[in-house]
Amino acid sequence: MIVLSKEKLSIQKEQDVVLFRNRIKELATKIGMSLVNQTKLITAASELVRNMLRYGGGGITQLEIVSRNSIPGVRLIFTDEGPGIKDVTLAMKDGYSTGKSLGLGLPGAKRLVNEFDIKSEPGKGTTVTIIRWKNGL
Amino acid sequence: MERIPILKMGPFLLVTIQVDLYDRLALTLENDLINMVSKTEAKGVLIDISAVSIVDSFMGRILGNIASMSKIMDAATVVVGMQPAVAITLVELGLTLSGVHTALDVEQGMELLRTKIGQLDTDEEGLYDSFV
Repeated sequence: MIVLSKEKLSIQKEQDVVLFRNRIKELATKIGMSLVNQTKLITAASELVRNMLRYGGGGITQLEIVSRNSIPGVRLIFTDEGPGIKDVTLAMKDGYSTGKSLGLGLPGAKRLVNEFDIKSEPGKGTTVTIIRWKNGL
Repeated sequence: MERIPILKMGPFLLVTIQVDLYDRLALTLENDLINMVSKTEAKGVLIDISAVSIVDSFMGRILGNIASMSKIMDAATVVVGMQPAVAITLVELGLTLSGVHTALDVEQGMELLRTKIGQLDTDEEGLYDSFV
């Protein structure tokens, strides 16, 4: 996999989310991603960035255009230094939430992207990486 | 503070969301709408989301909340104009918006609201027609 472009965006307050979503849209449009795929990617990102703000106290997002076998895609990396997730398997379950939400955030985001990776260490923080390929496969 | 305007149109409240929603804005809207339903004794709420490109689980929940709260306050809620990509994404996300009435556009949404609140007095009806 080749990284074609890379930029970082700090997310500290809710208004930053709007800017972040717009930036993803620009990147996805640049590689010619279809509207449905774009919407799925941005919705997944919206879920993850909310988690980062709510549970991780904000953090850094990295937005990349990547390419594998000459198929372009958008990779997003969410890093926070919050309390971390004790049981990642449980957190990935539909309907599970420690807050008062629907518990669709993490599992929903996973369904909306092609690749999903989560690493979390209690007390250290959480890193989530997602990729959506242009062709959606 | 940023706010989404709520318009009163006869017995209905009309909300057109023209900006990208973030959580606090959606919560403010929920609050404002319920207060308006109570203040104006509205019988229906129409929310136009045709300009909204993203509805995630939080905003979906807010839409559901508005519908449930309005129902308790004796008002029906119709969400209109959802973009196809948003609908596809919502279902894949796992959110089916059960309990929320939907229509394709504002006109059909108004029609639905009218049937929901039942037959109106004739002269009143004429008044609404002149609005539409």
